[in-house]
Amino acid sequence: MKEISQDIYRKFQELGVEISPEDIEDRLDKMVSKFKVPKEEARRSVVNYFLKEHNIPRNQFYTGQSESPMMKVSELNTDGKWVNIKGKVVQLWENTHESISQVGLIADETGTIKFTKWGSAEFAELTEGQSYLFRNVVVNEWNGKFQINMNKNSSAGQIEENITVGTSTYAFTGALVDIQTGSGLIKRCPQCNRALTKGACMEHGKVDGVYDLRIKAVLDDGITAQDAIIKRDLAEELTGFTLESAIALAADALDQGVVLEEMKKMLVGKYYTATGSRVERYLLVDSMVPKSTVDPQELDELIATAEVA
Amino acid sequence: MAGYSREVARRVFAQEFRESTLTFKDGDDQYAPQYLMTPTGARVNRIFIVGTLIEKEDIGTDSEYWRGRVIDPTGSFMIYAGQYQPEAAQVLAECETPAFVAIVGKPSTYTTGEGDVLTSVRPESIHVVDGQTRDIWVVDTAKKTLTRLKELEGGSDSPDVEKAKEYYAPDVKHYYSMVSQALQSLKESY
Ligand SMILES: [Zn+2]
Repeated sequence: MKEISQDIYRKFQELGVEISPEDIEDRLDKMVSKFKVPKEEARRSVVNYFLKEHNIPRNQFYTGQSESPMMKVSELNTDGKWVNIKGKVVQLWENTHESISQVGLIADETGTIKFTKWGSAEFAELTEGQSYLFRNVVVNEWNGKFQINMNKNSSAGQIEENITVGTSTYAFTGALVDIQTGSGLIKRCPQCNRALTKGACMEHGKVDGVYDLRIKAVLDDGITAQDAIIKRDLAEELTGFTLESAIALAADALDQGVVLEEMKKMLVGKYYTATGSRVERYLLVDSMVPKSTVDPQELDELIATAEVA
Repeated sequence: MAGYSREVARRVFAQEFRESTLTFKDGDDQYAPQYLMTPTGARVNRIFIVGTLIEKEDIGTDSEYWRGRVIDPTGSFMIYAGQYQPEAAQVLAECETPAFVAIVGKPSTYTTGEGDVLTSVRPESIHVVDGQTRDIWVVDTAKKTLTRLKELEGGSDSPDVEKAKEYYAPDVKHYYSMVSQALQSLKESY
């Protein structure tokens, strides 16, 4: 505890702010002993208190002389926190925004996270498949999801170490070539949640099913065909259907199958990047981003390749 | 993983598809899958095409049998859909031309009396898509074709590459220039 409070004291001192060490220690002690707050949380909270008190912007404190903490991708869940991470660039996406230099996914053994390298970042372009030590990147929460931003304060150095990407997260880009039966508006067993076939559960026989939406899609990149399962939330987001509107449409048509037909019309034939966890041959999709345009730089590179030959 | 694994949908430009004449079965039994081998070594049991449907016609006599022509920057694909491809036939019957379409289908070949081999596609599905998707497909197909060309040149020991080399003795330059032409056609827009 003493160490933490001394550390906080020093950091504020570096920023030219003198705080009473006793005051720091009291506050820390109260949180940890009385309110059972974990030490790191207590540190953050005390720091935030004094930052507010002295009107210091958070990033000035975290990017000052001091080093941002080394963290794993799965731990990046605090908005505004400056961190260092070691990770591999597993995917680069086309970016459509002028002020952004690169956007894509970074992964380590614990997970995958979206990153945005802003135009202000001064380090060289990142390469897909390369591992880096990223310093002073900032965690950002948007729509309940975390991502990292790289800006003027950030740096990235290539490292020899080849980061093993966690098998739990996986990204696949390809054309959506098929949506299989058992997709669209389905019914599930109220007891075991299995999808019903012709109104019956494998385990519990004829039951009064509960409606759900799901999409069993096949993504294909021309080299591999990947089965992907898209659950209700994401299916709603992708198609604009809600469970209620799907039920209404099926009721109007007197046919549950119309929902699947409509979904096919919207999704089949288009390119997507699906990210999620892999269970046996299925990708359980957490996010699905449509590929919306051709990257002009990639186009030029491919033309150069085709013409040199 | 045991059992069934789905055939991947290959990416091939119309010109290369048209110049493909080698078909073979993988195995002896009657259910063994049939493949079309293209000159750059794509082994095609299923194909994914995004292009412009510019013509369609019901050429059936007793029942509907639709023929369509889908173009990409290098040439055209002929597609045929009848009663065994009901979903695709219905889309052909209903859609307007021209339209950007995405097709997943099976390659098919026909040998004429003169011994010429004609290739076409039997669609499993046809969906109307947007122009962006078509452009993304051109880039995608260019990439896959370039990868195959590299393998052809690099003396890869894959049996497919060997087979393509032996049968077609392909003029690699001819296909590089096809890819280049396809990509150049996108330059106005990007
Ligand atoms: Zn059940």
